Amino acid sequence: MSGAEAARRAFAPNWQGRAALAALAIYSVYAASQLDIGLERIWHGFSEAGAFLGRMVPPNFTRWQLLLDGMLESLQIAFISSAVGIVLSLPIALLAARNLMPWWVSAPARAFIGFCRSLHYVIVAILFVKAIGFGVLAGICALVVASIGFISKLFAEAIEEISPKQVEAVRATGAGFAAVLLYGVLPQVASRFVGFCIYQIDSNLRNSTMVGIVGAGGIGGTLFAAFKRFDYDFVAAILLVIIALIFAAELVATRVRAALR
Amino acid sequence: MTGIAGPIARELRGPTAPLMREWTRFSPRQRLARYTVWLAIVAALVWSVRSIEIIPEFLWDAPEQMADLLVRMWPPDLRYYPDAVHAALIETIHIATLGTILSFGMAVPLALLASRVITPFAVLNGFAQLLLVASRSVNTLVWALVFVAVFGPGAAAGVMAVAFRSIGFVGKLLAEALDETASGPVEALRAAGAPWGSVVLKGYWPQVQPAFWGIALFRWDINVRESAVLGLVGAGGIGVVLDDALNFFQWDKAATVLLAIFAVVIVAEIFVTRVRARLI
Repeated sequence: MSGAEAARRAFAPNWQGRAALAALAIYSVYAASQLDIGLERIWHGFSEAGAFLGRMVPPNFTRWQLLLDGMLESLQIAFISSAVGIVLSLPIALLAARNLMPWWVSAPARAFIGFCRSLHYVIVAILFVKAIGFGVLAGICALVVASIGFISKLFAEAIEEISPKQVEAVRATGAGFAAVLLYGVLPQVASRFVGFCIYQIDSNLRNSTMVGIVGAGGIGGTLFAAFKRFDYDFVAAILLVIIALIFAAELVATRVRAALR
Repeated sequence: MTGIAGPIARELRGPTAPLMREWTRFSPRQRLARYTVWLAIVAALVWSVRSIEIIPEFLWDAPEQMADLLVRMWPPDLRYYPDAVHAALIETIHIATLGTILSFGMAVPLALLASRVITPFAVLNGFAQLLLVASRSVNTLVWALVFVAVFGPGAAAGVMAVAFRSIGFVGKLLAEALDETASGPVEALRAAGAPWGSVVLKGYWPQVQPAFWGIALFRWDINVRESAVLGLVGAGGIGVVLDDALNFFQWDKAATVLLAIFAVVIVAEIFVTRVRARLI
């Protein structure tokens, strides 16, 4: 290839890319028309948004008692569901690791994890609300399911990536299965397990503020009620507190990660 | 970290000194930090368990009630699918896709502003980062509530909610990808006198392209899952059908909807894995 030809190729128009972009644009127009989203609707919406934001300021903290109760309940949901979820996901992950268990144990465990992961936590929360009634218990159960799905999937993958040498060395000393687990397997993956747990506690905190929307306890119920009654200044107060909690949780998580390293 | 215990401190000066040291894994300060963390965790748990309001009867018959619900849901009545579920399912996929496209339209400029190598002004970087963090720290459902209040119930609110939640995610990852690009091609283009647009298109874009498609697929997958619940707050999609079915105690219909969501989530995941393997 001569130099001139290469130079021409380097900046040639990318027809494939342009065609893909055009297809994307056509799809957008088609989908927008299917969903009945027109320009004037968007325009109208954004003029409404001004009024909406105007009603949100200043945030109204006069019902702080209600706000505090909801937040504390969310925290309780997050703590308990994280603890139960972590305790349950440890054995489930061990069962699901294909290098520790025969296939007839790991396959059902993996299917169970996949099932826990497939449904959104709010949908799981609705099902629990319908089955066992309104309140924090439904929220806790929903977040336990979500925690099992996340932690045991990643932990099982981490176990499958361990080096077999240490396991074989421990086994060669005549150690039983429990000792192999304790001294050959777990030391290799303990720090990753702690990392997954901290991540999941963080997301349980976020999610515990949301499960209340479907009646599963926590601040979400208060938030949804405030939205329905057009108490937008109270909504703003709740949102500010939730965002503050999430920021605080992120700071604490960073510190804890450093301390447990 | 090494700590030296008192009785052997005398032996420190001999040639065997390194052998006499007492080796510990953590310094006292680290140990204190670890104990504090564990203590805080236990305290938080004890407080939660003692003060939470769970009705014990609810807890004891929970397994029974769950089994009862599952029995009522089984078998799912697939006759609902053609006229009630299918259209809502398609709407959900449209919401997720359109929301993802819209979020890219807004996230790309913000990512360009947030990236230090492209925008050399710290104030603009900080401003863009602030917008991205704000977008990320609000849950999709909250965005949906906000846009239902603004646009009224319907798919438009769902699309906006998905888009606004995705901006922060996409923008953050894109800005990180831009920051990690090699400066060689960019400097070569600049030296040749290329204008800003050409530098971005021919210097940065080819380097971030794989990351770009990866982020797009990853976020689309998440959005498909999330758009399934938007209907619970009135923002369109299959969640509306699920909510109606549950409120009217049509358990077999609810089971059909759940099966449909399940199927779509799995198909989306397979699709994303396939496309990613081919693109990247």
